Amino acid sequence: MNLLISIIVVSGLVLLAAGIAASHTASYALTVVAPYLVFVVFLGGFIYRIVKWAKSPVPFRIPTTCGQEKTLPWIKNNPVENPSGFWGVFGRMAQEIFLFRSLFRNTEVKIIDGRPIYGSAKWLWFFGLLFHGSLLIIILRHLRFFTEPIIPCVNALSAVDGFLEIGVPALYLSDVALLAGLTFLFLRRVIIPQVRYISLFTDYFSLLLICGIAVTGLLMRHFFPADLNEIKTLAMSWIIFSPVVPQNISVVFYIHLCFVFTLMAWFPFSKLMHMGGVFMSPTRNLANNSRMLRHINPWNAPVKVHTYEEYEDEFRDKMKTACLPVEKE
Amino acid sequence: MSSIKIPKPDELISIRYTSPKTEWMDTPVDFRPGTWSYSGAPKNLTSLDMPNPRIWQPSDEDWKLPPNWQEIILDGMKERLEKYRSFRLFMDICVRCGACADKCHFYIGSGDPKNMPVLRAELLRSVYRRYFTTAGKRFGRLAGARDLTVDVLKEWFYYFYQCTECRRCSVFCPYGIDQAEITIIGRELLNLVGCNINWVMEPVANCFRTGNHLGIQPGGIKDMLEFMADDIEDRTGVRVDVPINKKGADILFVTPSGDYFADPGTFTCMGYMMLFHEIGLNYTFSTYASEGGNFGLFTSHDMVKRLNAKIYAEAKRLGVKWILGGECGHMWRVIHQYMDTMNGPADFLQEPVSPITGTRFENARSTKMVHIVEFTADLIRNGKLKLASRRNDHLKLTFHDSCNPARSMGLLEEPRYIIKNTCNNFYEMAEDTIREKTFCCGAGAGLGNDENMEMRMRGGMPRAMAVREVVKKYGVNRLACICAIDRATLTSLMDYWVPGVTVMGVHELLGNALMMTGEKERTTDLRGDPIGG
Repeated sequence: MNLLISIIVVSGLVLLAAGIAASHTASYALTVVAPYLVFVVFLGGFIYRIVKWAKSPVPFRIPTTCGQEKTLPWIKNNPVENPSGFWGVFGRMAQEIFLFRSLFRNTEVKIIDGRPIYGSAKWLWFFGLLFHGSLLIIILRHLRFFTEPIIPCVNALSAVDGFLEIGVPALYLSDVALLAGLTFLFLRRVIIPQVRYISLFTDYFSLLLICGIAVTGLLMRHFFPADLNEIKTLAMSWIIFSPVVPQNISVVFYIHLCFVFTLMAWFPFSKLMHMGGVFMSPTRNLANNSRMLRHINPWNAPVKVHTYEEYEDEFRDKMKTACLPVEKE
Repeated sequence: MSSIKIPKPDELISIRYTSPKTEWMDTPVDFRPGTWSYSGAPKNLTSLDMPNPRIWQPSDEDWKLPPNWQEIILDGMKERLEKYRSFRLFMDICVRCGACADKCHFYIGSGDPKNMPVLRAELLRSVYRRYFTTAGKRFGRLAGARDLTVDVLKEWFYYFYQCTECRRCSVFCPYGIDQAEITIIGRELLNLVGCNINWVMEPVANCFRTGNHLGIQPGGIKDMLEFMADDIEDRTGVRVDVPINKKGADILFVTPSGDYFADPGTFTCMGYMMLFHEIGLNYTFSTYASEGGNFGLFTSHDMVKRLNAKIYAEAKRLGVKWILGGECGHMWRVIHQYMDTMNGPADFLQEPVSPITGTRFENARSTKMVHIVEFTADLIRNGKLKLASRRNDHLKLTFHDSCNPARSMGLLEEPRYIIKNTCNNFYEMAEDTIREKTFCCGAGAGLGNDENMEMRMRGGMPRAMAVREVVKKYGVNRLACICAIDRATLTSLMDYWVPGVTVMGVHELLGNALMMTGEKERTTDLRGDPIGG
């Protein structure tokens, strides 16, 4: 059901884009007004979400430790999986963000011969990393539309990305990788019953939307070549705040743009915000040093306790009978 | 065991990981006997000034909630979203990748999809979205949101009391989302409307008043410790002192009350007492702070603080230099991650230094509380103990990493160091089931009661099966651990899944091996079993 609705919504976006392409006013809205609106919503929303998280304090130091802690000097500790200071945390976060360290641990359980077996299950890690990595490369590659002259490293990146030189224009490896990653993540979500059971509309929709962006992008590059000069002119016109409605641009580009704008506007209000959230997770970004340095809870409030005096008042006679020392005779 | 029938092991192991035909939001909870715990007794709630004390049971149709219960819960959520970044973040950033799903011992043991940490968290997230996010308010179910109804509350109760806050899922989550954190807050919310379980509330009420979970009064503590001293004398010929509430001691020793209340914990406690005697430690037990454990952790953050406050208060009253803590799991989560923040700074204590070896425990320089295995490992390392490991030759041992020392501290090597120095036959369980990937006993977080036995056996199954493998491979007959709850619950678990394996604390092992000045020739271990191969 959630999958069906996602497909309907994505198809709706295609129709919407086609409609926009046919109408001059709508084209104006999409290429002149929408970019700024979407950008403001994306950036504003992103900052809003981060600020909102940041406003909630971290009252307790609660890292999840995944290795030996720093204790006695002769016991070898694991400075990254169980960091005791800044650089350890830095290393741990870097591993988490660039290498998906925790996901790398993934296993799959099966009951075989009456006992659970924990098989290796690195596919989710592999395709997850493939997907995120290639998405990053693709976004960076797109900077060529927004810089003049093009930043050298972007050109270099594109060259490396297309080094196989399959076809003209060259097929980008990142495009293939992205589609492979998306396909795996999507099929996994649809085929594995447990994952399907927990999936919400937003889970399918994010995948389909990004898939739509990738497919339209590939179509423009390899099948219905888009006028790159026209697109670059448009992109640069946004940058210098004098947007123009492009002429002679294909419907595919309108669909591509519609998908991208939808994704950007929707991003801050969806689960995609894990991109920002991963940096703020208190089980990962805190050093495990709570016995060395006192962690301060900003709202630490007094609570009702049972004092020793109250305790002794109740049990004084019994304590005396048992020959235990008391404060008041 | 309770009168509730639980399936036999071979029936229980045939677990099907299939989902119900109905979507999870349309699948109400079924309070099947053997899978939930009895409600908190009104007297316990009253004595703690907790809301809505009443007689009720989870299986009742009417839970006798206050008329404005929804408002209470939603206000409680709002407050906690503003107080805990963890809570707000974990409500927002899950992508439902499912990596946590088969990491949970309750899911592995039950196959119930709502025991996948992701879905257990969604039970709460769906309500969060409905009342605290624009998408949820506007699009409802399409945005994964749903109304807070009595059925939802019952579901929370059932599944938040089917989570042992072991944090295993958090190790595997790419964002470190910690179901323990969600369960802790979920239980806090349930407590606001008086929905809790007696196996948590009774210990909490006891601990608040008498100083320990089991409600043992000062004379009782003294009797039990004296009784253990008698047993030690019987086994070793050495009479050990039992210092209690002693002003002028250097060190306050705090251990879970399970250690002096019942076997096999008592043998561990005997190990501590023998060690302290042998090294001539100037220490004291306390009757006021006679509990290291803290069932407040299974109630609310406030309750953690209320119960924990006694430890520093007593250390101050007795004028000790620093504090030493016994073997316990969740106790050490509280001491390591919460105590100093909640009830510190302990500026009236000194930075811990071992009076025997002179080692400065720099890792505990602020909290001023040292774990006994750190303390003992340092003694062994410095050659301060004479150990006859052959006295443990009748044991083939494996070691269970307790959840909290493993995943909330990283106390992995110290217990192994002690074991390797006191026991010649030590075998590790499978890699996926030890250290940070250790499996819970299935009965932590207040779930170790008899009425919940089926769920305990299900949740403990992955641990038990890992033990069974080393039993088959190496003939293991003893399971060591550093947790008082483990010592109680793993015993039932072993009886059910791997009969013949018994459970011990690491300091019982030490007590067996420790050569004491003036001891007689030992013929039995601390349990009275004959020693030797």
